[in-house]
Amino acid sequence: MTPIHLELTQPPAVRAALKNRWPQWLAQAGLLAGFVFTILIGLFGPAAGNANFAVIAVWIAWWTALKLVFIPLGGRAWCSLCPIPLPGEWLQRGALLGPASRGWGLGRVWPRRLRGAWLQVAGFALIGLFSAVILTEPRVTGWVLLGLIALAVVASLVFERRAFCRYLCPIGGFTGLYARLAPLALRVKDPAVCAAHTEKLCYTGCGAGYGCPWGNFPAAVRDNAYCGLCFECLRSCPRDNLAVSLRPFGQDVVARAGARLDEAWLALLMLGSVLVYTAVFLGPWGWLKTAAYSVGSPAWLGYAAGFGLINLGLLPALFLLAVWAGQKLSGSRRSLRAAFAGQARTLAPLGLAAWVAFTIAFAFVKFPLVWAVFADPLGLGWNLLGYSADTAWPDVSAFSRLAQAAVLALGMYGAARVAVRTADRVRAALPVIGFCLAATLGLLWLLIG
Amino acid sequence: MTRETLARLILGGLLAGALGLSLAAYGLARRDVIEIHGRMAEAGGWTPAALDATVGQPLRLRLVADDVVHGFAVGQMDWPAINLLPGRPVETMLTFDRPGRYTFYCTRWCGLGHWRMRGVIEVAGPGAAAAPAGPPLYVQLGLDLDAPRPASAAPLPEGRPSASRGAALAVEVPELGEPRGESPAAVWQALRAQAANESFDDAELWEAVAWLWRSQTTPAALAEGERLYAANCAACHGEAGAGDGVFAPELAHPAEHTQMGAGHQTQAPTAFTDPAGMLGVSPAVLHGKLIRGGMGTGMPAWGPVFTDAQAWALIDYLWTFQFDYAASP
Repeated sequence: MTPIHLELTQPPAVRAALKNRWPQWLAQAGLLAGFVFTILIGLFGPAAGNANFAVIAVWIAWWTALKLVFIPLGGRAWCSLCPIPLPGEWLQRGALLGPASRGWGLGRVWPRRLRGAWLQVAGFALIGLFSAVILTEPRVTGWVLLGLIALAVVASLVFERRAFCRYLCPIGGFTGLYARLAPLALRVKDPAVCAAHTEKLCYTGCGAGYGCPWGNFPAAVRDNAYCGLCFECLRSCPRDNLAVSLRPFGQDVVARAGARLDEAWLALLMLGSVLVYTAVFLGPWGWLKTAAYSVGSPAWLGYAAGFGLINLGLLPALFLLAVWAGQKLSGSRRSLRAAFAGQARTLAPLGLAAWVAFTIAFAFVKFPLVWAVFADPLGLGWNLLGYSADTAWPDVSAFSRLAQAAVLALGMYGAARVAVRTADRVRAALPVIGFCLAATLGLLWLLIG
Repeated sequence: MTRETLARLILGGLLAGALGLSLAAYGLARRDVIEIHGRMAEAGGWTPAALDATVGQPLRLRLVADDVVHGFAVGQMDWPAINLLPGRPVETMLTFDRPGRYTFYCTRWCGLGHWRMRGVIEVAGPGAAAAPAGPPLYVQLGLDLDAPRPASAAPLPEGRPSASRGAALAVEVPELGEPRGESPAAVWQALRAQAANESFDDAELWEAVAWLWRSQTTPAALAEGERLYAANCAACHGEAGAGDGVFAPELAHPAEHTQMGAGHQTQAPTAFTDPAGMLGVSPAVLHGKLIRGGMGTGMPAWGPVFTDAQAWALIDYLWTFQFDYAASP
C-alpha cells in the first residue's frame, strides 16, 4: 500500500510564497529583534525568573511550543524560523538577502573528526547539568542565549555553511532526532531529475537561492534529521524538483539504513534527560531539586555524577543489554554495534512521547505566567493584556494526567512498531520493547503515579 | 532602492525598535523613582538599603521582590505594609512630616535571616524630629538586661494562675514603686511578706499576681499585642509561645544550617510558657530585650520598628502565656 502523500507545494500560490524569500526573511528578522529583546530582558530585566520575559518566553512558551507543536507536526519547522544562525550567516554571505557578495567567513570545511552528533550530545549533557539554574535564573538565560548566538557567529565566520546548526546547536540535536517522526518533509520529487542535472545548483547555490546551508545534497536526503527546512533548494532548483509534503508519522525512523552510533547516544541521552528532569522538576524530592540548583556545591556534584551515570552509563548499558539479549534470542548475525545503532531508532517515538508528557505537566499550569510576562514584558508593573492574578483558572490536572498517559501509550506503541521494523527478527525486538516498556512505566510512575 | 537596502533598513528598524523601546521604557519608568530590590537577607537584603528624603516631598519607590515573597513597611509609622510578590513591581509614595531616621523592613517571613532585611531612610528638612520618648524603662531603672534572673526564690505556680480569681481575693498589696520594673516572682514575694496575706496559700497569691499584671493592661492593648506577636514573633517563639516556631530548630543548631551565614550566633528561642524562665523577669527587662535585641541570640532589635505603645502592647500580651486573663476563671 502506498503511504498517504500530500504535496503541500503543489498549489502555485504556496510554491510562490515559499520561493519568495521575503515572508520567511521578515519572520526571521522579527524573531531576531524579539531574540535581542529577550536577551536584554534576561540580562537587565526582573531578577525573579517567574516574572522575567526571557525565562518565561523561552523556557515555558517557546520550549513548550517546540515540543508540542513544531517538532511533532513540522519536524525542524522551527529551524526554518530560528534567528540564532542569522547574524553569522549574513556576515558569512555579506548580505541579508540574495546570494553571497563579499562575505567575511574563512569558509573552512568542518573537521571530519567532529562530524556527527557528538558535540550536540556533549552540549545537551552540559545543559542538563546546569538546567535548574538555566531554566530559572534570568541572567543565566540571557547569557546562554547570547552565548549561543556568539557561537553561531564564530562558527559561521570560521566554517562554511551552517556549521553551528548542523554540528553544535544542542537544541538542533534534540529537534533533528525527533523531526524524523514528523509528517512534514521536504524532498526531491524525482531523483532521476537530480541525477541528470549536472550543475547541482541546490548544493552550490545560484542567483535564486543559496547552496544548501546545511550541506545537504537534497537528492540524497532520506530523512528529516538534517534538513533545516530553509527552502533554499526549493528556490534554487531550476527544475522545480523539490516539494514539501505531508506523509504518515514516523516514516523516517523505520528505515534501517543509515543508523549511526552518535545518534543512538543522542537518543539515549534525550531519554535519560527527560527521566532525570521529570524526577528533578516534577518529582516530590525537594533535596534533589535543591541539589540540581546548587551549582558547584557538593550536593550538585552528586547530582552531576548521578546525571552522568544514568545518561552515559546506566541507560546505555541497559539498552545494550536489551539489544544483546535480542541478538541472542533471535540468533541474529548482525553486529552488536549495528544492532545497537539501528534499534536505537526505537527511542525516537518513546523519547518524544516522554518529552511531550513531561511538557504537558507544566505547560497548562504555567500558562498564566506567559500571559503575565507578555502583559508586562519589561517587568515595570505594566498590564498591557488585561492580566489578572485573581483569574480563576480551570483545574486541568485530570486532563493533563489523561493526556500524559495517552501520549506515553502512543509513544510505547510507536516504539514497539519501530523495534519490530528495525530488528532482524521479531524475537530480537522483544528485549528492546521490554526496555521501552520499563522506561514508559517509570515515566508514568513519575508523572502520574 | 535595492532589495538588500530595503532588508537592511527593515532589520535596522526592528533591532533599533527592540533596543530603543526597552531602553526608553526603562528610562521613563525609572525617572524620579527609586527602585528597591528585596532579596532574602542571605542574598543581600534590600538594595539600596539607605535612602534620603526631604520632609514634605514625596519619595517615589518601586519595590521589587527578586526571589521570594517579601513585604515592605516603615517602622513606627501606621502606613499599611505592602506585599511584594517575586518579580511583580509595586510602586508607592511616601511623604514624611518630620525629619529623622526611619527604618524600613520586611514584613513577611522570607527566611531565617528575615529580620535582617532592613534599611534606613534619612529624612532631612525643617521641623522638629520626632520627640525622643526618653531613655527606655530598663535604662531608667539601671537594669542589666543580660543578668540571669531565676524565679526560684518563689515556688512556681502549677498551671496558669487566673487573674479573675485573683481579683476576688482582696489581697493586701504593698507599695511597689515602678510596677513594670518588678518581676512576678518579686511581687509574689512582696505579697507573701505581708502579714495580712498569711491566710492565702501560694497558688492564691499567684492568682493575685496575675490580677495585678492584668490590671496594668487593656483588652485593646492585648489584642494589638496578639496581632504583633503573630506577625513578628511566632515564627521563632511559636504560635503558643512555647519557643517552638518554624525557625526554632535552625536557631537552636545554627552550625547545622548554612542559611544564616558565618558570624551569626543564635540560640533556641525563649519559651514564654516556661514559668521558671518568665516569672523572674520584669516587663521592663522584656521590653528592653525587645527593643534592643538579644545580642548573639538571634533575637532582632525591634526598637526602630515598633512604636513605644506597640512594644508595650506586645510585652503585655507575652504575659498571657503565664497568666490566664479570661474574664471568668
